Amino acid sequence: MSEKQKMVKVFIMGEAYDVPEGSTIVMAMEYAGYQLKRGVGCREGFCGACATVYREKGDYKLQGGLACQTVVTDGMTLAQIPFVPAEKPIYDIKNLKPDIDTIKALFPTVFRCVACNTCTKACPQEIQVMDYVQALKRGDIARAANLSFDCIRCGLCALRCPSEIVQYNAATLAQRLYGRYLAKKSPELADRIVEIEEGKYDKELEELEKMPREELSKKYYAREIKLK
Amino acid sequence: MYPEYMMKSIEMVEKTRPQRLELAKKHGKQVFPPMNEKEREIVLNRFHPDYKKESRSEVRVGVNKGEQLTTEVADLLESYSRVDPAIFDLNKADYDTDVLVIGAGSAGMAAAITAGINGSDVLLVTKLRIGDSNSMMAQGGIQAADQKDDSPVLHYLDVMGGGHFDNKPDLAKALVNDGPVAIKWLEELGVMFDKNQDGSMMVKPGGGTCRSRMHSTRDYTGAGICRVLRDEVYNMPDKIKYLEFTSIIELILDDKGQAVGVIAYHLETRQYSIIKARSIIIATGGFGRLHIRGFETTNHYGATADGLVIAYRAGANLMFMDSVQYHPTGAVYPEQILGFLCTEKIRTMGAQPVNIDGDLFVYPLEPRDVEASAFIRECTERKKGIKTPTGKVGIWLDSPLVDQINGEGAIQKYLPAMLRQFKRFDIDIVKYPMLVFPTLHYQNGGIEIDEKGESGIPGLYVAGEAAGGIHGRNRLMGNSQLDLIVFGKRSGYWASERAKIGVKVGKPTMKHVYDYEKEVSALDIPRKKIAPIILPDYIPDHVKVKQKTTEYFGTLI
Ligand SMILES: Cc1cc2nc3c(=O)[nH]c(=O)nc-3n(C[C@H](O)[C@H](O)[C@H](O)COP(=O)(O)OP(=O)(O)OC[C@H]3O[C@@H](n4cnc5c(N)ncnc54)[C@H](O)[C@@H]3O)c2cc1C
Ligand code: SF4
Ligand code: SF4
Ligand code: FES
Repeated sequence: MSEKQKMVKVFIMGEAYDVPEGSTIVMAMEYAGYQLKRGVGCREGFCGACATVYREKGDYKLQGGLACQTVVTDGMTLAQIPFVPAEKPIYDIKNLKPDIDTIKALFPTVFRCVACNTCTKACPQEIQVMDYVQALKRGDIARAANLSFDCIRCGLCALRCPSEIVQYNAATLAQRLYGRYLAKKSPELADRIVEIEEGKYDKELEELEKMPREELSKKYYAREIKLK
Repeated sequence: MYPEYMMKSIEMVEKTRPQRLELAKKHGKQVFPPMNEKEREIVLNRFHPDYKKESRSEVRVGVNKGEQLTTEVADLLESYSRVDPAIFDLNKADYDTDVLVIGAGSAGMAAAITAGINGSDVLLVTKLRIGDSNSMMAQGGIQAADQKDDSPVLHYLDVMGGGHFDNKPDLAKALVNDGPVAIKWLEELGVMFDKNQDGSMMVKPGGGTCRSRMHSTRDYTGAGICRVLRDEVYNMPDKIKYLEFTSIIELILDDKGQAVGVIAYHLETRQYSIIKARSIIIATGGFGRLHIRGFETTNHYGATADGLVIAYRAGANLMFMDSVQYHPTGAVYPEQILGFLCTEKIRTMGAQPVNIDGDLFVYPLEPRDVEASAFIRECTERKKGIKTPTGKVGIWLDSPLVDQINGEGAIQKYLPAMLRQFKRFDIDIVKYPMLVFPTLHYQNGGIEIDEKGESGIPGLYVAGEAAGGIHGRNRLMGNSQLDLIVFGKRSGYWASERAKIGVKVGKPTMKHVYDYEKEVSALDIPRKKIAPIILPDYIPDHVKVKQKTTEYFGTLI
């Protein structure tokens, strides 16, 4: 922040603080004197640790956002929600089928979805949360996995859901089922593993391992670069 | 949006774009001649931050005493323990486990899962929440030589060349040879790799690779992997117990010099506890939050080199802690995302670095240290950078090329995190380039390990970014994500095997800490200087002076 910063007033859990304009919520809290332990992780929008609810001046709406990605506005009132009590079923991914029965058994709550779309509106990643929940209800695991892919598990959707669904835990299951069972397998990968297990590259690798630096360097700079 | 005066430079970029697009269509990735050995050496020597005199200082205590290390690292190591270890009864353990894993990023979780499957009882202790880590943030990809035109041999050459041939060859070999199996392991756990219609892996090149072998899960590769591992940890409650918001602040050795336990500190309740373990794995990640040379960083909040400090005090050897990885493309504008990562994948998909006049000035995919140095040269010596309103400077990463080369919607589909990041601050990277400058990214070196992941201290294993030797003095994109899995699994397995055999444990002691502190105090270093620092401190000075009864040593205590 530059010296001649303009300041804005924010209300952190009701207390007023003047903070530099343009600050994110995390920056604003630190500027105010908080040393955060909860409510912050990656600081870049990838971990979902920093769910925050806020109201802007003159607006009736309670909004949700990521504290590390949301810029404060003058008169904003905010509170962090660093933890969401949520159920997570235990399962062994090796013993599941990628179908609707698995969803029924592990996440019976998704069938309570009333399609109110509150979760989609709450999602700071702009994910079509309701749509992936609906896909799960139909047993369309692939669609659910793809729609929910960018979920960072901030918990904001579950907090607002009138049907007490923990959307993101169900999403994680869908993604894992897709990755393990539904995605087509790569033949090259399987072949390469066989080759390695048969020791096809052992001799050459051992030679390189022992090769003097100069010789290795020559080989390196002479290697052909072939990029797809 | 960009201010008016920056738009002027963007117009220049737009003007040269059609020609540069032609180049890409004609020559693929080779739109600019890559540097030869000599040219690389020159640009590194003159412009890489590591090569400046003040970037390195002699460390005056511990095993590596007398060596030149990164100044901030040497400084961190010359410090006292957080607490006087004499206040603990080391024989009274609050927790007792087969395998203790410190740090729940992907390396720690891969280790915990492997040890658990191998039959050990595991305790996983982590500073913030499980998964709050650098692992979760990786965007670009994970390397593995599984393509037909590729091989572990070629991968090995790339790893060694990227690392300037300083790497420990046995570790580099383990990395490349285990690569394809690591990918399979992840896929069986349910990681959703980007694939072509026929199921083959969609691979891209990376800086310093001679083949396309970068696997990805959109531009959420770290999360794509880390969240699956976390879910698996949750699914093994019988084998893996975990403690969150708990930082390990010291190792306990026995009188034979084996690692037998740790002292842990709970950040919220401020309680200390003693954990006893048959084997210990350090997977505490890197050091970005030390803000070396004043650089902004891409790293998560807890990346403060804690594991390095405690292992060093216990007598572990450090390797290559004189080298720092600056990622060429950290965001410079807007201010709120200063230092944040703009993944290398943007360049692997065709974006080109250009200067204020819209001219391409470097091969887009040099190894990171070379690429970063070329950016710094462009902004300093050649004065062809673009200044931001707050006086920062950067060069353009011409992202609109990505869609023009790969088809409309490519950014939306393969770089959703990037698109979102900039859109939040009103910049559309499909239409406009991104302003970037090198940012502090990765700890190239670390605690020396062997092929089993074991350090020089019996019973102490290290995996992930905290480990040293695999990448020499410069890691290539995608090889870190791979090493987390390869050495996470290796250390997990061998730590578990060691626990099974049941090594005879002697009397627990903190003598190593007392001895180390004696060396520190002989240098007249003030008692207040303690480490690990646990969390960085971003409270402004004018507030801090008013917090009269609070003491900050990194974290407040
Ligand atoms: C933004 C970003 C993008 C990246 N992109 C890529 C990429 O595309 N490809 C690639 O290969 N690599 C990439 N990397 C590098 C790679 O992701 C990291 O090097 C790697 O994830 C480190 O993993 P780790 O498990 O060793 O450490 P981390 O994932 O950082 O985990 C360490 C864990 O230990 C905990 N911890 C720290 N100290 C203590 C303590 N004292 N006690 C208890 N717990 C502690 C931390 O809180 C954290 O949870 C990227 C890194 C960043 C930051
Ligand atoms: S789907 Fe739910 S948990 Fe996931 S990012 Fe959106 S609001 Fe957060
Ligand atoms: S908030 Fe709950 S009930 Fe409403 S659409 Fe979302 S999942 Fe369904
Ligand atoms: S701190 Fe990780 S998403 Fe905000």
